[in-house]
Amino acid sequence: MAELTGCVTDFRAEYMAQVRRKRMMNGIILVIFIALMVSGFMIADDRNAGGFWDGLHRLFDFPKEVLGEALGKLNEMPAHFVNFLPSLIETINIAGASTLIGAMLAIVLSLLSTRGMAKWPRLIGFFRRIMDIMRAMPEIVIALVLIFVMGGGPVPAMIAIAFHTAGALGKLFSEVNENASLKPVEGLQSVGATWSQRMWLGVIPQVAPNYFSYALLRFEINIRASAILGFVGAGGIGYELKNAMSWGKGQYDEALAIFILLFATIVIVDQLSSVVRERLTHGKTSRTLEKASA
Amino acid sequence: MSIAANESDFLKLQADRHFSRKKLVSFGFPTLALVYLTYIFISFDILGLAQRFEVDNARALVADSYSYKTHIARDNRTGDVTAAIEGERKGTYAPGTAPEWVTLGAAETVIYLGDGHVVTFGAENFVSYDIPGYGLITAQPSRAKGVQAVLPTDDVPAWINLSKNRMAITSEAGRLTVTRNRTEVFRYFMGWELFFFTLDSPYHGLGFGEVMARALGGEHAEIWQDFWTNKMWRHQDVAWAIFETILMAFLGTMGAAIVALPLAYMAAKNFTPFDLVRQVTRRFFDFFRGVDALIWTIILSRAFGPGPLTGALAILITDTGSFGKMFSEALENVDQKQIEGIQSTGAKPMQRYRFGVIPQVTPVLLSQILYYLESNTRSATIIGAITGGGIGLMLTQAIITQKDWEEVAYYIVLIILMVMAMDWFSGWLRRKLISGDESGR
Repeated sequence: MAELTGCVTDFRAEYMAQVRRKRMMNGIILVIFIALMVSGFMIADDRNAGGFWDGLHRLFDFPKEVLGEALGKLNEMPAHFVNFLPSLIETINIAGASTLIGAMLAIVLSLLSTRGMAKWPRLIGFFRRIMDIMRAMPEIVIALVLIFVMGGGPVPAMIAIAFHTAGALGKLFSEVNENASLKPVEGLQSVGATWSQRMWLGVIPQVAPNYFSYALLRFEINIRASAILGFVGAGGIGYELKNAMSWGKGQYDEALAIFILLFATIVIVDQLSSVVRERLTHGKTSRTLEKASA
Repeated sequence: MSIAANESDFLKLQADRHFSRKKLVSFGFPTLALVYLTYIFISFDILGLAQRFEVDNARALVADSYSYKTHIARDNRTGDVTAAIEGERKGTYAPGTAPEWVTLGAAETVIYLGDGHVVTFGAENFVSYDIPGYGLITAQPSRAKGVQAVLPTDDVPAWINLSKNRMAITSEAGRLTVTRNRTEVFRYFMGWELFFFTLDSPYHGLGFGEVMARALGGEHAEIWQDFWTNKMWRHQDVAWAIFETILMAFLGTMGAAIVALPLAYMAAKNFTPFDLVRQVTRRFFDFFRGVDALIWTIILSRAFGPGPLTGALAILITDTGSFGKMFSEALENVDQKQIEGIQSTGAKPMQRYRFGVIPQVTPVLLSQILYYLESNTRSATIIGAITGGGIGLMLTQAIITQKDWEEVAYYIVLIILMVMAMDWFSGWLRRKLISGDESGR
């Protein structure tokens, strides 16, 4: 009995020591984190053209100026919306085309880099590295170089975004592939199907809803990216925004119209895609429930 | 019996319907995609791209990204000969010196381009270029009579561009341009020039072993100084720029997480009884997310000027919206049983949060934050290019010059390595922090 109590006290002491150690570790991590945040903020503040505290009260000057001017010309707003609609459509098209092309590339890359599905199992690592590099490449890098070679316009942006999308989606797709059942693939193989037939008929039907859901999410991200690339000269609404901004005073009503268009587009696509994605995943669970209850 | 037949008919009908739907989907989607791409093909004017494509730009870009050229130039008015790498002032050889394949002389300068190609700058602005297998080309540029070129053949080959006042010869060994005022020879070399030391450094041209030996001999401070302040490649500025970019991503992501966490409680169904508060917070999140980082960057740079702080704040504001949404969803998915268990021991609300909620959501939140840290490194590069800070700015500056493609290539490699390193780091930290939590330590 005495032995057992001793054992319990030992346990308790050890447990408390462990808790203390953990708390101390957490405390140290917290202190380091706060120190990093504060010193980082100070360095960033120091290297910025204008200081944080000086700029803080000027934060609303620009929005006020824009709104003030735009409110004076409120009657011109609808005309601006109509004017900028084509470039908005171009921005959406850049995002749509690059998502589509990127997703198609990503499907191939992800199939080639999933164990059990790869056409050349030895090259799995190679294709994974390729996807890593494509994913790491910011769109603006490719876009700027391509603008130099091809001139401005939507195509450089489309290629740049598609390139990054292929890498980003490829990784997500290959995670989806890993959860897919290999039985249909084996079945198809036993009747002599080629690799592309096995993938198209055996894997794609299983993973298509998940692919679609990820691609939609990516489309949302790509709309933002294509607006930004427009700002550096790749066409679309970003380009119009840059023009309106560089005019400065006098064109702020146009800038505001573009802000509003862009904002509305992003919010609408965001909401739509979340509804569709909800339905996709939800629909699947209800179907499996049906199957389970049947 | 008839019932069974009925049922099989019904099943068959259902299967048929199922099949036709599958058919529709499996053919419909690819067709739609094809139609859309055709539309894009026309509306983006892909065919017109062929005309707009500037082959020369592309060729210069590719060649320049892995090779460099040394210019040997003579001013035909003064007769001064200068040697400069890439023709840049910071890569100019000191007067009276030149690379070892150039023999400077009082009367004539002989330039050996390799493979038997020899260019000679003679007296009185005379130039000759001996091309093996073709012959000797001479020129006598003067202000009054033009370049006065003499070729060994009557017809002018395609690789020589000749007019009265200008001659340009592009051979496989190099390039010679003669105008009335200037005679210039380019010789191309593989690699990135002066990457470690510029010409004014005593360590230029020494082998790696030699430099190491000198470093061990006590000159490491000078060697580092010369490398670090390299005017051509600006290693110091590049290092700062990369640091700034990572700093933007770090401050933005962590700041957003700190701001978003308390707000997420207000937006979570199971923590906020007031529907109005919840709705308002959610709309705020939507607003911050919907106004894109681009617009935030523009607005903020008006107040704070260009720099890393502006970029960090733009990321912070946008991601507050994203984090707020994700965190509140994570909080809504919290398992109530744990909280009830803690409550049953008589815990106060704060303790309930501390021991019932935080341990459940921490892994989810951490993994989201770390994922964003990696993706924001990329965003910080892009925002830096717009707002003027970090490696993004250096990249755009290098691209704008339209000739420093080797620097562009260098920055691209650095950016990719930076993002991959952050990817690896955030993955490592995630494994470390989250698995550390699960093992109960």
